[in-house]
Amino acid sequence: MTKPLLALHNVSLSFKGVKALTNLSFTVQAGQVCALIGPNGAGKSSALNIVNGVYRADSGRIVFDGTRFERIRPLKAARLGIGRTFQHNALFKHMSVLDNVMAGLTRHTRTGPLSHAFHLPRGRREEARMRERAEQVLDFLHIRPHRDAAAGTLPYGVQKRVDLARALVAKPKLILLDEPMAGMNQDEKEEMSGFIRHTNRTLGTTMLLIEHDVGVVMDLSDQVVVLDYGRKVGDGSPEAVRNDPEVIAAYLGTVH
Amino acid sequence: MDFFVETLVGGLLAGVMYSLVAIGFVLIYKASRVFNFAQGSMLLFAALAFVTLTEHGVPFWLAGAIALLLMILTAVLVERVVLRPLTGRSDLTLFMATLGLSYVIAGVAQAAMGTDVHALDLGIPDVPINVGPIQVSEFDLAAAGISGILVIGLSLLFTRTRIGISLRAVADNQLAAQSVGIRLDWIWRIVWSVAGFVGLVAGLLWGAREGVQFSLSLVVLKALPVLIIGGFTSIPGAVLGGLIVGASESLAELYLGPLIGGGLSAWFAYVLALIFLLVRPAGLFGEREIERV
Repeated sequence: MTKPLLALHNVSLSFKGVKALTNLSFTVQAGQVCALIGPNGAGKSSALNIVNGVYRADSGRIVFDGTRFERIRPLKAARLGIGRTFQHNALFKHMSVLDNVMAGLTRHTRTGPLSHAFHLPRGRREEARMRERAEQVLDFLHIRPHRDAAAGTLPYGVQKRVDLARALVAKPKLILLDEPMAGMNQDEKEEMSGFIRHTNRTLGTTMLLIEHDVGVVMDLSDQVVVLDYGRKVGDGSPEAVRNDPEVIAAYLGTVH
Repeated sequence: MDFFVETLVGGLLAGVMYSLVAIGFVLIYKASRVFNFAQGSMLLFAALAFVTLTEHGVPFWLAGAIALLLMILTAVLVERVVLRPLTGRSDLTLFMATLGLSYVIAGVAQAAMGTDVHALDLGIPDVPINVGPIQVSEFDLAAAGISGILVIGLSLLFTRTRIGISLRAVADNQLAAQSVGIRLDWIWRIVWSVAGFVGLVAGLLWGAREGVQFSLSLVVLKALPVLIIGGFTSIPGAVLGGLIVGASESLAELYLGPLIGGGLSAWFAYVLALIFLLVRPAGLFGEREIERV
């Protein structure tokens, strides 16, 4: 049995007495695409937000890449190699696409602000390396034509890709994708899931994603974790989950 | 006609001085969504430190450097003692905190350096000189030049440096900025330090004109209408807002003053600001926040 990249152990979270997650445990193996599904309010976003430290669990613990923590801050999560995208567009909307992606490299900067501000050789070399890396990611996700556009002015689907590029450029071990295909039509969804799969296959980046469209999820994922009212009701391969009576009762059965 | 132009130019140049105060607010508001009422006290603190040092024989540039260090120290303390503990609290809480902070800074500065009125001579004479057909103050021209350099420097900082990218990232979306590893604590320290530097420059210019004393901290009240007109989130807005306030104050004083007995410039800017609040609440360059439903 290989060591999982991410493991949640008995994680619970409540907001002012309302339970969002109850004793949630699951693991994600390195290099896999894992989807969190469940009806609205099932706790999917809460789980994601706990992994990158936006929320703090009331109890339970998380092990990521051998580091064990009970609570973590977003900054620390970024340092450990956890990147994320956001459900609602959270791009730096006044900045160019390139600057958005460059900002994604923040945790990789080594030279100080002074050597950069005064264009010292070290700062210049690092700047050049960062730019090259950012440009590669723009090519990888086919957003180079939008390189200099202000992110906030781009079509929705492109913004979602810029969000992914900003997370991806830092070479995270794990990317959390919060509804990467929300609000897209079928073509856009297929395109986006193509990029997610391409990223996973080519770069080996582990993905933990939330998605409502069960068809897309079953297609894309190696593993599916089903939540209902903050509890895990299913966990396994898409086929196994699809045939799990408890899952069908809780969730899949309600799809019309 | 020349008289009109002269009044207009004089007003515009005076407006630059308002812009300078307003820019300090914009910097902090953009990065931390805090309306920093203490900007006026920071300005007073910087000017008072500078003038006290020069009176004790410290050379000009050294006094400036020490005053700047004090501003940076203030920024670090504010981040640690005020901003960090109050992270995530309401805007009103943060505003009240800066209101308190304003009195603390002014109080500490005066306790350490006294409450006397100090004359401050920057070596720039405040005398009218002829520019073409009109006369303008040499001091006003110098102040406008210094402000112009400052604004250009700030825009280079924001657009050409990696710190600038981080600053703009935080201004656009704090949560996303943290998720890519940008350190909010450092951003706040940097922004408050830069605002402190802007405050130092503004404090010296205002201090040279009006004397360095407690009332210097009240220039915040002059910056408020500038911010309402220009928008709280835009440096160009702060510049333009200052120019509009300066010019309209002078012209109103000239043409409306005699009709209602003068003293217009004390409140005219607020009338203008009220009109803007009714017609264009986000200001000229400000952004109207669209709440997600």
